[in-house]
Amino acid sequence: MTADIAAILAIDGIATGAVYALVAIGTVLIFTVTRVIFIPFGDIAAFTALTLAALDARQLPGTVGLVVVLACMACLMEVVALSRVGEFRALPKAVLGYLVLPLIVVGIVWLTMRFNPPMPVRIVLALLLIMPISPLLDRIVFRPIADASVLLLLTVSVALHFALVGLGLLFFGPEGVRTEPLTSMGMEIAGVHVSGQTMLILIAALVFSGLLLLFFDFTLLGKALRATAFNRTGARLMGIRPARAGTIAYLLGSLMAGVSGVLIAPVNTIFYDSGFLLGLKAFVGAIVGGMTSYPGAALGAFGVGILESFASFQSSTLKDVIVFSLLIPILLWRSLASQHSEEEVEE
Amino acid sequence: MTLLQIRLIIAAAIACLVAAPFVLNPFSITLLNYIGIYALAAIGLALLTGVGGIVSFGQAAFVGVAAYSTAWATALNGYSPWLGLVLAVIVTCSVAAILGFVTLRLGGHFLSLSTVAWGLAIAFLFGNIDGLGQHNGISGVPPISIGRLALVESWQIYFLIWAIVVAILLLCYNLLDSRIGRAMRALRGGNTLVESLGINAFQIKLLTFVIAAFLGALSGWLYAHLGRFVSPGPFEAGMGIEYLMMAMVGGAGSILGGVVGAAIVTLLKNTVQDYLPLIAKGASGQLEIVAFSALFILFLQRARQGIVPFLAGFLPDLKQSRPQVADPLPLRDKPEPGTLLLKVHEAQRRFGGLVAVNNVSFEVKSGEILGLIGPNGAGKTTMFNLLTGALRTNSGEIGFAGRSITHDQQFHIARAGISRTFQHVKLRPRMTLLDNVLLGTYSRTRTGLFAGAFRLNQAEEASARYEALMQLERVGLGDKPFELAGNLPLGNQRVLEIARALAADPTLLVLDEPAAGLRRQEKLKLAELLRSLRADHLTILLVEHDMEFVMSLVDRIVVLDFGSKLCEGEPAAIRGDARVQEAYLGGVA
Repeated sequence: MTADIAAILAIDGIATGAVYALVAIGTVLIFTVTRVIFIPFGDIAAFTALTLAALDARQLPGTVGLVVVLACMACLMEVVALSRVGEFRALPKAVLGYLVLPLIVVGIVWLTMRFNPPMPVRIVLALLLIMPISPLLDRIVFRPIADASVLLLLTVSVALHFALVGLGLLFFGPEGVRTEPLTSMGMEIAGVHVSGQTMLILIAALVFSGLLLLFFDFTLLGKALRATAFNRTGARLMGIRPARAGTIAYLLGSLMAGVSGVLIAPVNTIFYDSGFLLGLKAFVGAIVGGMTSYPGAALGAFGVGILESFASFQSSTLKDVIVFSLLIPILLWRSLASQHSEEEVEE
Repeated sequence: MTLLQIRLIIAAAIACLVAAPFVLNPFSITLLNYIGIYALAAIGLALLTGVGGIVSFGQAAFVGVAAYSTAWATALNGYSPWLGLVLAVIVTCSVAAILGFVTLRLGGHFLSLSTVAWGLAIAFLFGNIDGLGQHNGISGVPPISIGRLALVESWQIYFLIWAIVVAILLLCYNLLDSRIGRAMRALRGGNTLVESLGINAFQIKLLTFVIAAFLGALSGWLYAHLGRFVSPGPFEAGMGIEYLMMAMVGGAGSILGGVVGAAIVTLLKNTVQDYLPLIAKGASGQLEIVAFSALFILFLQRARQGIVPFLAGFLPDLKQSRPQVADPLPLRDKPEPGTLLLKVHEAQRRFGGLVAVNNVSFEVKSGEILGLIGPNGAGKTTMFNLLTGALRTNSGEIGFAGRSITHDQQFHIARAGISRTFQHVKLRPRMTLLDNVLLGTYSRTRTGLFAGAFRLNQAEEASARYEALMQLERVGLGDKPFELAGNLPLGNQRVLEIARALAADPTLLVLDEPAAGLRRQEKLKLAELLRSLRADHLTILLVEHDMEFVMSLVDRIVVLDFGSKLCEGEPAAIRGDARVQEAYLGGVA
């Protein structure tokens, strides 16, 4: 391997790592606020890419159907749950939040598509369409068992991923997509060609992580989220509703995953089931940060990207084996590093 | 329900299994074959996840390792399938032992995540190794032969599969009712509990893990020789969660649940495959996994308990006979009363900048009751944890019965003769009183895995059961040994913990706030019990808050305050000590 190849692999790895980093940050966000290890995050990224591809092709994306179905289910569950406890006054708000709002998003997309919108608008539309999915899934799947153990939530999360893969095939079909490049520019850095897309990925990752940081540090909502992550009971005593904090975490996380999907779509061909590996690799990154540290997760994700890049140069077929085998020593290190207390007793 | 009735039910079930091939059509028999094969893997997972509390997403990978091992040996190298079985078991168990050795020290969800990781890595390997046919798999796997008879027809291999399933079920039930099995059932109570009983928790976890892999190996071996073909598909992550689903639907924690779960999931899948195309033409494949995942999620939300435990709730209770008189278990050599038993010398423990225990020294003499008291935050619990090995000292020495235990692991200390109870009661609520106390006899008994599974060491088991009953009677809980521990009121739960500790035949009994949360009558009874134990020459170290309880009971008191020893002496002297009064009540202004 010459220095040139190493440089190219490194740049490639950093770009992939940046995509993973966005998803990893979202994973950490959701884990800290809700204790759910949200495996389907990669699927959300893949769905965004598929949605964008459909919008590019002037078609109504399958996401529309998915959002409508999920919104109806979530709304129904919320209405039933509220009616049971006799909270009828909360019903209009529930219907508004879980049904009308997602439907308005769908309506906006449907209307805008009639005017052949330019690329940036299409990207915004794809992100808009993808954002309701995780909060709706949260309502349908996780809210009824919000107090269960992390392990049970993880099991449910893995099952949910398989359901989403099936739904993905149903709504998007088996064809892989690759969207138009966002930019055709490129530049030379120290004699190595760096494509505009790579630059864009890096910039986007930095911008969105930065925005999240600002949100956490300078808004009340962000602080409420951090409080919930730190101590759910304490936050509840301060008047922060964990369920609402969860919804916001899912919305923000989806935005991160969606952006990563938009960024990766022109570089890799995305299929309905591509999300699993994307999500899991991001997840390896998140674990480097102990599932709690954002910088740790981002660093870990970059590490995974670079490792994958070099591994695929050595053996393209075994790169996934290498990446996932690496998780075991990382987990060991994390486990030794964190003084975990006596495990929960379950009966 | 009596034991005879249960035996009759088992006999009837076996008769049905034997008769099935003569009654059912070939398709149903094939279905039953797959149910049996999946059941083996699911039983392994029920042991690992349900009994041991280790959620694994990687069982499919073990099944795959075994299937590929035997396919490689038989189809590619022409060896006999029986040699394939040996190879499959050796390879699978070795892989499991290595993976387990590396990952089983991980806590809770980290461990489960690691199973996702290696499950995926192994599944990727199958499709990418040249010698294993890559994504095309290996075809031409020969059938299993018994003597000259090749098991080609599905009804022929049916008998082999279900004979193995029935044998495994019986062995597993025997195992869980033996010394090692009880240790496995205790795993979910947490490491501190398990190790306090003298059980090497890591070793038991590793054993459970390898047994689960072994059952996966049997499953994979049969799978390869039933389908006569292996490819990466059936061993991928999706199947891993399907096995988990089988184990949990059947009722994790119940061995029979593995079989029931495998049957339900397989039949349901079959039905779904039959009917989904009628509802949604052309989309059935993807709807199948959606329907399945949705059902699983719904199940996890609504009925985590599982089917077998649910149904078992309707059955009349099993009438068990009280343990009979048996040879006593060997007793430890006890030191002479009045000799030095425990010596703590300059023990120090820091948490970051906080010095929780600061150069504390004291001694416990054989046959006395020593009280360790102090206001909140004095370092009593930390001192307690140092003694029992739950925490390590930063400096200082702890000697017990003439030997240093400063660097010993928790279970070694327990085996050396220090038995403890817990401030927050740690019992196995779903186990009977007798089984809970039997856990205490672990360090005094020897029965291993095979002896337990094949019931080879019944004399020792009888002795242990009798010993457990004796200890229950000693503390006054001997009337209902088959009650579940979770049904007892708190006072009796504390007493049950003492019985469990006594079953280990300890030299030193250390009690962590035994009177906390007890009512006055219960406290009086507890004090009575402790006095009777002292009369039996047992040495007791007591950490307690309740002054009245301590003062009336103990021989000597050690007072801690802010991590340091304030003073020690007899109760009357401590009561009159100005420093103690100041520590507890504040100084005189």
